[in-house]
Parts: sequence; C-alpha cells; structure tokens
Amino acid sequence: MSVARIEVIVREGGRIVRLSGRWTLATTSRRVAALADELGRIADPSSSWDCLDVEAIDSAGAMLLWRAWGRSMPADLSIKPEHWRVFERIDHADHEPREAITPISPLHAVMVLGSAVIGVGRHLVDFVALIGQFGLNLIHVLRHPEDLPRREISANLYKSGVRAMPVTALVGFLIGVVLSYLSALQLKQFGADIFIVNIIGLGIVRELGPVLVAILVAGRSGSAMTAQLGVMRVTEEIDALATMGVPRGLRLIFPKVAALTIALPLLVLWSTAIALVGGMVSAQLQLDISYGFFFQTLPRVVPAANLWIGLAKGAVFGMFVALVACHFGLRVRPNTESLSSNTTAAVVSAITVVIVIDAVFAIATRSIGLPG
Amino acid sequence: MTGPAIRISNLATRFGDVWIHKGVDLDVERGELVSLVGGSGSGKTTLLRMVVGLLLPDAGTIEIFGEPLFGGGVARERALRQRFGVLFQHGALFSAFNVYDNIAFPLRELKRYDEDAIHDLVMLKLSMVELLPRHGKLMPAELSGGMVKRVALARALALEPELLLLDEPTAGLDPDRSDSFVRLIRMLSEELGLTVMLVTHDLDTLAALSTRVAVLAEQRILAYGTTDEIIQIDHPFIRNFFLSERSVRALQNSRPAAVPH
Repeated sequence: MSVARIEVIVREGGRIVRLSGRWTLATTSRRVAALADELGRIADPSSSWDCLDVEAIDSAGAMLLWRAWGRSMPADLSIKPEHWRVFERIDHADHEPREAITPISPLHAVMVLGSAVIGVGRHLVDFVALIGQFGLNLIHVLRHPEDLPRREISANLYKSGVRAMPVTALVGFLIGVVLSYLSALQLKQFGADIFIVNIIGLGIVRELGPVLVAILVAGRSGSAMTAQLGVMRVTEEIDALATMGVPRGLRLIFPKVAALTIALPLLVLWSTAIALVGGMVSAQLQLDISYGFFFQTLPRVVPAANLWIGLAKGAVFGMFVALVACHFGLRVRPNTESLSSNTTAAVVSAITVVIVIDAVFAIATRSIGLPG
Repeated sequence: MTGPAIRISNLATRFGDVWIHKGVDLDVERGELVSLVGGSGSGKTTLLRMVVGLLLPDAGTIEIFGEPLFGGGVARERALRQRFGVLFQHGALFSAFNVYDNIAFPLRELKRYDEDAIHDLVMLKLSMVELLPRHGKLMPAELSGGMVKRVALARALALEPELLLLDEPTAGLDPDRSDSFVRLIRMLSEELGLTVMLVTHDLDTLAALSTRVAVLAEQRILAYGTTDEIIQIDHPFIRNFFLSERSVRALQNSRPAAVPH
C-alpha cells in the first residue's frame, strides 16, 4: 500500500507542493503529527498545490491537508474532481469552534456544596413520598384484600428470603465460632468461663444477628432490586405498566417492601440460631462447656425480650433496605452510568440506614431485656 | 487491491441440533451494495455477526479483503477491524457518552489525533449524516429513533471504513425517515466508494439501496444476483417475498416513501 508522499519543487514566485500516494486514515494516522508538522512548514499562501497524483483520499486525510491550509481551500490547487468533493464536504461542514473549558469560578466550592445540599433535600423528599406511597398502598390492601399482589410477594419472599438462607447460615455460624473463640480466650484468664453464654447469647440475639443479616441482605437483595427497577425504567417496562393502569407502587414496590419486611425477621431467627450453634460448638471445644449446660443457661441469662427486639429490628431493617433500594431504582436514568452509580448508592445507603436505625433501637430499648 | 471485499465459503452453523447454515458461499465484490434477505429465523443476522467476528461459524471460512478475521496477532486483527464499520440494529450507542463522545470514541482509541483534530473530524461526520453541531451535546436517550441511526452511522464511519455492514438499517423508522436514511446511505456509499452489506426485510430499502441481492433460505444462499434476476427465479420464498402485491408495488416505485404501510 503506497503511503502519503509530499514533494516540494521550488520555482520563482513560489513553490509547488506535489502530493501523491494514498491520503487515508489507514496510511496517515500512524504519522499524523509528523505529516501535520511538515505540511505546516511548507504551507504558505504563495504555494500552489498539485494533488493530481493522489491515489485515494478520505475525510481524515483531507482534513489533515485542510487544517494545514489554514482551514480553507488554497487559491492555487489542482485536484481530481472526485477528490475535490471530499474537500468540498469538509469546507461546507458546520465547523463550530470547540468550546473552551470554562475556568473554575471562585464560587465553585459554594456551588458544589449548595447543589449537594439540594440533592440531599430532594432525596429526602422523594424518600418520604415513597414511604407515604407505601403507607397508602398498605391501607388500600388492608381495605381491599383481593388487590394484594400475592404472587409477587411470594416470589420476592423466595428470592430474597429462601435463597439467602445458605449464605446467612454460613456467615452466622462462622461469626458465632469467632466470637465465642475470642471471648473464651479472655474469659479463661479471669476464670469466668460460664459467662460465655451471656456474651454469645446477648451479643448475637440482640445485636449481631439482626445487623449482620440486614447488611448481607442489603448487599444481596437491595442491589438486585435497584438493578431490576433500574433496567425496567431503561427498557420502559415501568411506563408500559403505567399505561395498562397497573399502579407501579402496588405492583413493584409494595411486594418488595412487604416481602423483605417478612423475610428479614425470619432470616434473623435462622441465622441467630445457627450462630448460637457455632458459638456453642466453639465454647465446648475451648472451655469444655457442655451443650446441655449451654442450653439450660441460655434462656436464664438472655431474657426473651431480646429475641423480640432482634426480630423487630429485623422487620424494620428489611422494610428500610427495600425502600432504599426501590428509591434508588426509580431514580435510574436510561444509561449504564446511572444504573451503576444508583446501585452502588442503594447498597451504601441501605447499610448506613441499617446502622443508624440500629443506633436508634439501642437507645430506645436500653432499659429492656438487659440484666441488672 | 483486488478480490472481493467479503468472501464466505462453505460456512455452516448449528444451534443445538438445528442447522442454520449449511454450505453458505457468498462473495461481495468491492463497490457493491448487497442486500441479504431471508425469512425470519433464516440466520441473516447470525451471518452478519459472523462476518464482523462476533460469532464463530461451526465450519467454513470468512475472509474480509482477503484476510481471515482471526489470528496473526492483535495488531493485525485490529487493523482489519478498522477497515469496516458496523451499524447495529438499535444503534448500540454508548449510553453513558453524549453524541459527540460516541463519534469521537473510535478516533480517540487510535491515540494519534489531538483533541482539535478530533473535534474537526467529529463535526465533519455530524454534517455528513446531516446532523447539527448542537446535536453533539445530546445523550443517546434523548435522541429519536432516526437520529440514533444517524449517530450510529457517523460512528461507524469515523475510521473511514471501506466496508459498511448494516443490520436492519431502516427497522423502526417511519417511511419518511427510512426514505431519507436510505438516501443518506446511498449518497455516502457513492461518495466514499464504500462496499455495503445489509440485512433487511424491508423491500423499499432493498429496492432503493442494493445493486445485488442475496437470498438466504434453506440454510444456504439460494440465489444471488440483481433484483431483476432474482424475481425470475421460481421458488416459494422468492415468490412470497418479491411478488406479493405489496412487494411488486414497492419494486415498481423503487421509491420508498410512496408505499403506505
């Protein structure tokens, strides 16, 4: 393949630049900077240009010449008619100058802060509206039980509840083992071996079980819900539902929130039980505390109120994880970037919300179910 | 620089137990505008995806400009892929980029041009597909169906391809838009000396664009020739496709907008 060639012939009264070879993107792109330099050096208004020997030219090659000519056609140019058309197209194109990058104004920081505050405000308003919508849907379903989206709730229960059982069990068991092992090391030093039951029981039933499961579910089901709603928005499925008169709140959001509110306490119960087994096994191995003793002592040192607190937390966590996920899912705009950023935001916010609610619970229930 | 732009020889494809292609042979000569037609499920789009290297055939070879699609190192494969542009059915624009960045993307990937040169080239491509500079700021989601196709065409043309492959270029466009898009493709292919292979089942597009028609049926290329030659062939699919009342009208008019849908 012949490359782009430049030949300069100096005559009196100016020079002739003779171009030949192929002036295409494939042949010029490899040395575009060098060619532009060379052309820039020889291009002056008195030069005449002979392009009759050019074999082929495309817009990229023509653009290279046109830019060297100072963004216009030279006065003295001989060229094949079919190549002339390429230049004509460039010359006629709308060449809006590139927008200069606007310098950052001194008020930039203030503007960023301001728009962040407004953004947070908008999130809060939308989120409150979403909760309100859920409340209205709940009232509607209570008054018209036949409108309850049973199949969707059941499907969501299976997806975010049943399917989460193996992973919550594994994590619960390991946490139980680790917690028991670490506590045992300390308790041994004080000869306070039997208090392992108090530590494990209270810690897991009241605190670790619900929070752990909520965080796992936020990462697992929360992201899935956001992505699902987001893609449904991108593919206009939500709009399709709306035109069929199917309220999206009742069909898409209510089942998710309801299912997770039901599923999470059940998962809490499940993984708490397994974590206690893990702790029990570890305590037996480390401190020789028999399973029978563990079973007898547990209900005595951990009042049942703790279990109810744990389950209540689970329900509230589940509701908020689903609400946060739906909130971000509905904000997805039809592009890939928005989908990924909203999914990330959903998981991060859900976990943060879980921990904030946990703190609220800790304060509100500080005089319930604790010995002494 | 001789030989066909695309040479498909003895190609066979199978999905599970079903043979989609069996012994497909097709040569697309340089400068031709070849329409690939066939019933739905006949594997037209599959064949197109194989030509651009997105799918692998179970048997047979595909050569583009006399070179195989795969092998010979990354640089050679890449250089070959820069010689053809693809227009996907739904545009396949990058949804996170605006129109300008979508068209600039292949040029930036070359890493040879500075931003000023890229800007000039993008503006040129925009005007080639009859869009305005201000359209460059729009996001793909804000575009109408016709504009998506135009932007996708501009992006396909960004690297000055010699071969253009179009998958259903006018599907989803109203007759008026479809007409003007077909005119645009024909004008550009004449001016740029492009070889074009398109998959379509729109007779108006076929009649207006193609110099030759390849009929894909019974797992092979049933017929390959000009529209007039194809119509002479007596085969149930061809009769159905070309000689229905609506088709005859389209072929007579050869003017897409004139046919009401």
